[in-house]
Amino acid sequence: MSILVIAEHSNSTLRPSTLNAISAAGKLGIDISVLVAGHGVSAVADALAKCAGVTKVIVADSGKLEHHLPENTADFIASFAKTFTHIVAPATAFGKNLLPRLAALLDTQMISDVIDIISADTFKRPVYAGNAIATVQSSDAIKLLTVRTTAFDAVATSGGSASLENMDTSSVTVPANTKFVGAELTQSARPELTAAKIVISGGRGLGSKENFAIVEKLADKLGAAVGASRAAVDSGYAPNDYQVGQTGKIVAPSLYVAVGISGAIQHLAGMKDSKIIVAINKDPDAPIFQVADYGLVADLFEALPQLTEKL
Amino acid sequence: MKILVPIKRVVDYNVKIRIKPDQSGVELTNVKMSMNPFDEIAVEEAVKLKEKGLASEIVVVTIGAAIAQDVLRTAMAIGADRGILVTTPLATDLGGLEPLAVAKLLQKLVEKEQPNVVIMGKQSIDDDSNQTGQMLAALMGWPQATFASKVEKVGDTLHVTREVDGGLETVEVGLPAIVTTDLRLNTPRYASLPNIMKAKQKPLETIDSATLGVDTAPRLKMIGLTDPPKRSGGIKVASVDELIAKLKNEAKVI
Ligand SMILES: Cc1cc2nc3c(=O)[nH]c(=O)nc-3n(C[C@H](O)[C@H](O)[C@H](O)COP(=O)(O)OP(=O)(O)OC[C@H]3O[C@@H](n4cnc5c(N)ncnc54)[C@H](O)[C@@H]3O)c2cc1C
Ligand SMILES: Cc1cc2nc3c(=O)[nH]c(=O)nc-3n(C[C@H](O)[C@H](O)[C@H](O)COP(=O)(O)OP(=O)(O)OC[C@H]3O[C@@H](n4cnc5c(N)ncnc54)[C@H](O)[C@@H]3O)c2cc1C
Repeated sequence: MSILVIAEHSNSTLRPSTLNAISAAGKLGIDISVLVAGHGVSAVADALAKCAGVTKVIVADSGKLEHHLPENTADFIASFAKTFTHIVAPATAFGKNLLPRLAALLDTQMISDVIDIISADTFKRPVYAGNAIATVQSSDAIKLLTVRTTAFDAVATSGGSASLENMDTSSVTVPANTKFVGAELTQSARPELTAAKIVISGGRGLGSKENFAIVEKLADKLGAAVGASRAAVDSGYAPNDYQVGQTGKIVAPSLYVAVGISGAIQHLAGMKDSKIIVAINKDPDAPIFQVADYGLVADLFEALPQLTEKL
Repeated sequence: MKILVPIKRVVDYNVKIRIKPDQSGVELTNVKMSMNPFDEIAVEEAVKLKEKGLASEIVVVTIGAAIAQDVLRTAMAIGADRGILVTTPLATDLGGLEPLAVAKLLQKLVEKEQPNVVIMGKQSIDDDSNQTGQMLAALMGWPQATFASKVEKVGDTLHVTREVDGGLETVEVGLPAIVTTDLRLNTPRYASLPNIMKAKQKPLETIDSATLGVDTAPRLKMIGLTDPPKRSGGIKVASVDELIAKLKNEAKVI
């Protein structure tokens, strides 16, 4: 078993999702290499070398890889992928963009969103918005997986002593037809949504962008991350990267507080593995109460400020 | 600009699915089926481009059983010009036609139809794979602009705003290219009755997938399909004070 984990990072910092992917790789075997492809990534490589469970950090540092474009990154990884039995990436926007492209180049039917590793070739993954769990066995020579970060505990960021190997990147191409134009990233001092211990999410019940601030206030009081339903994002109350659900982010914090969210299956798909769920909704029949450990039937505009004040 | 839109017929997103007792799949008999919501968004985007005079023809294609032509008619009622049904005896939700096989079949159609853009859903809501568009892009050697929330034609290129984990990102792709749609790209229109009637007259071609020379044999074996762990509902608290007390003393999460 020889496993390659593809690191997700911003060139300067490692994304926590990589730590979950390494943890999943640890369920497959002990020979774990982590690829850092990007530009100016030495700090990321050094951080990875210290992570528990990593055998080798493979560094591909080139200006041509700076924006993590799947077109040339997949071509490049495909050129040496066959030396591995498994390739693992986090099931984040980054992993979902890259890994299927790599899989097709390797003529492999990859497996998305793995939540459990049964053996070297058998995996569990949710389908139908998490309303069913499929166990699938792969017959491909190389197994390509994206793993759901909430299903695998992050490995420790200390204690490891991996070797570093610099790869020759002269064969990396410049993508002929894709150009990175720019990014508009949400600036926030709050913890990352998918890694936070507490998440406070707001839905359509908030009614406006201005009102949504009361969700953020509670979050800041608790040092929590802020999430939102699709309806809240679509209505412009919160940015797109706050969306929790089947087509947004998957979270599993110790505490998830759903405020003014009805509990549609597409939303539940993103949060029902949270340890404790609290729902605040004025409709006693809202489906969210069926999954909530503690439900408070109340007008959120009264309950939320009270809660923030009393905590 | 010619646009190809692959669309999939799936269990309607409002349906609460039931797993078959033998764990072989999901009960599909007498279940409401619809066009995959992301694919509706793809069709709408193509129609919008055509209405702006930027697209010349919209071809929709579905791979599935004969009944899947329903979704082709729906797409033609929204504004697609013609449809192609690629028939397969395999299931298209689980335990049948896999994303790699779908991408290989679509590759054959792309080679035949020569579109400038393929716009498709980022994910189908049954299998939730989120793979097919990226795979088709790899097989064609084309650029991919996935999870699009905005598509603009700029000269001979598309500027696509993508929904990524930290916010938004914009890429420029030269044509031909693959675009996959995210939820906020547009709000699909409802087809009007006259357009539904007109769609019945639009050309629909049927191709047997066996004639396309693609190996669609599954690579994955489905060992079982089970219910997710059930969450039992908890209790209702009467006040904010009681809630705080429970969170502190019982759940110990704050
Ligand atoms: C393909 C597809 C994918 C989707 N993906 C996602 C996804 O990833 N994430 C997601 O969240 N949704 C997703 N959805 C949308 C989903 O179906 C729901 O429409 C959405 O989750 C509803 O958001 P909401 O609960 O905020 O709004 P609503 O359903 O409108 O609920 C608002 C709630 O607020 C309560 N409320 C109103 N005012 C107050 C008040 N003053 N005090 C207390 N409570 C109040 C109401 O009682 C109600 O229960 C998807 C849908 C489709 C079709
Ligand atoms: C958990 C799981 C279990 C499975 N078990 C088996 C098994 O035992 N045996 C087996 O053979 N296969 C199995 N499969 C494969 C499964 O049948 C395919 O994944 C699925 O049918 C096609 O992928 P998708 O539609 O989810 O792709 P996605 O990548 O999610 O679809 C994205 C887009 O591709 C386009 N598209 C997809 N399908 C079509 C279509 N039919 N026609 C037109 N456009 C389309 C649409 O635009 C769609 O929005 C399994 C898959 C998984 C991962």
